[in-house]
Amino acid sequence: MKYWQAEYETMPRAELEKLQSERLVAQVKRMYEKVELFRNRMNEKGLTPDDIHGIEDLHKLPFSYKQDLRDYYPYGLFATPMSEIRRVHASSGTTGKQIVVGYTDNDLEMWADCFARMLIAVGADENSFVHVGYGLGLFTGGFGAHDGAVRIGATAIPISAGNTQRQIQTMIDFGSTVLCCTPSYAMYLGETIEEMGLKDKLSLKAGIFGAEPWTEEMRRQIEEKLNIKAYDIYGLSEIMGPGVSYECEYQCGMHVCEDHFIPEIIDPDTGEVLPAGAQGELVFTTITKEGFPLIRYRTRDICSLNYEVCKCGRTHVRMNKPQGRTDDMLIIRGVNVFPSQIEEVLLKVGGDITPNYQIVVDRVNNNDTFEVRVEMSEALLSDGVKGVEKVERTITESLRSTLGIGPKVTLVNPKSITRSEGKAKRIIDNRKLH
Amino acid sequence: MFIKQLSIFVENQFGRLEAIIDAMGKSGVNIRALSLADTTDFGILRVIVDDTDKAKSALDEIGVIAKATDVIAVYIDDKSGGLASILKLITDAEISVEYMYAFLSRDEGKALMVLKADDEARAEKVLTENGVALLNPKEL
Ligand SMILES: [Zn+2]
Repeated sequence: MKYWQAEYETMPRAELEKLQSERLVAQVKRMYEKVELFRNRMNEKGLTPDDIHGIEDLHKLPFSYKQDLRDYYPYGLFATPMSEIRRVHASSGTTGKQIVVGYTDNDLEMWADCFARMLIAVGADENSFVHVGYGLGLFTGGFGAHDGAVRIGATAIPISAGNTQRQIQTMIDFGSTVLCCTPSYAMYLGETIEEMGLKDKLSLKAGIFGAEPWTEEMRRQIEEKLNIKAYDIYGLSEIMGPGVSYECEYQCGMHVCEDHFIPEIIDPDTGEVLPAGAQGELVFTTITKEGFPLIRYRTRDICSLNYEVCKCGRTHVRMNKPQGRTDDMLIIRGVNVFPSQIEEVLLKVGGDITPNYQIVVDRVNNNDTFEVRVEMSEALLSDGVKGVEKVERTITESLRSTLGIGPKVTLVNPKSITRSEGKAKRIIDNRKLH
Repeated sequence: MFIKQLSIFVENQFGRLEAIIDAMGKSGVNIRALSLADTTDFGILRVIVDDTDKAKSALDEIGVIAKATDVIAVYIDDKSGGLASILKLITDAEISVEYMYAFLSRDEGKALMVLKADDEARAEKVLTENGVALLNPKEL
């Protein structure tokens, strides 16, 4: 079996948009009635549910923000009576106060189906043993993976996070075939297994890793150490949890479960919707969620969307791995600049290795100065001044065409860019704007 | 016969060049030839040393990047017209010289030049065929 819900996963775009429109209209009506904050924001914009006829009107709707979840903590944004809420999850976040979300029976069904889609896409079936190494608790990761595994009829191993020796013993003894955990933990497991010389004893075939950023280099290492194919999964508890989007067997972006979540890419500054393919802030609207629905939720993740039908046959749009957070965004001479865009350019020039770099912005005579310092590497070096000047020019020109503004590129010595706790300080903004 | 040349990235910073030469010296590497090309922002120092690997790791330790390239070093009669005759051979074969610099020779009556051509393999062939002596890496 290739798909879990073929009808939805491969639904032609026109049909899918019709379904999304119907669901959106119904969702807006229901939320206007049940969620005070949403009603107030609609009223402020002079909108009523009658103004929303389909997804073509999505851009008119008000945004929602992480802060809303803190302001209306704990149950202020729930859209059903608590008697219909079957489970809650919470996340503490990095900035203090925790947030809480809730799920009705239907929400839990839908979530299990979304995760099931991914399990099927990575080759799991009823004979699989799904090793749930995400924390089973208030964090959404563990239960999301567990319910998905049960949904496809696989055997779930709800071991939760931690206790590495026991994880490895269990993996070997129980014959785990699919590993679900954070990529950094997968890396640690892989290293430990390698040290113990137990790689041959594993039955693992695939790994589903998410909940934190990871790189292609980490993917290669995890795949090598655990002898698996490693897949990326995306989710956030505000929207549902893991499974909002996922990689299929072709690993060319993550399919968003569009029959439940409509993604948009906006300019984080102006809030305007950007054309397909553009990079910007990812925004989600949940069109089937009952317990804790959100309209146009600002994820602060930076990515882009690809609407081409995938080789796997799924029609659902693919998002690329988030390239950063809007919090990292810089505005230089009125242009939005994301460090990730600079990374992409450098990756191409540097021969598949991103050289270490630093962005230095200042203001001189009311003009922004923009410098990109790039650490020299053997790949960038040649035996003459001309060759190195050419590299400088190539970087400058590629950055100019990608960003729309040209920086001064300075090549500096390796390891000369300030690092704190092993991480390079990427941005130095010397402008005193406030 | 090729020899290894190290191209070293020199950030335009006071004392940088000195630190680079010093690091190689302290590791016991002997510098046989040297040339520096620079812009306002940086320089490229080219050196021929007796132990390329050792020099590279000494530089690595002080955070300086270096890259090895093959070049040829040509023996030239230390008399007027000596260099011209070599260049004529190269030019007649339609090979361009990218850069050259002098080398300390241990041979009386012979000068040594490092020569980087756009086609090193052909330059090497043309010179050898015409009986021009090239420096053997063992002589470094
Ligand atoms: Zn696909």
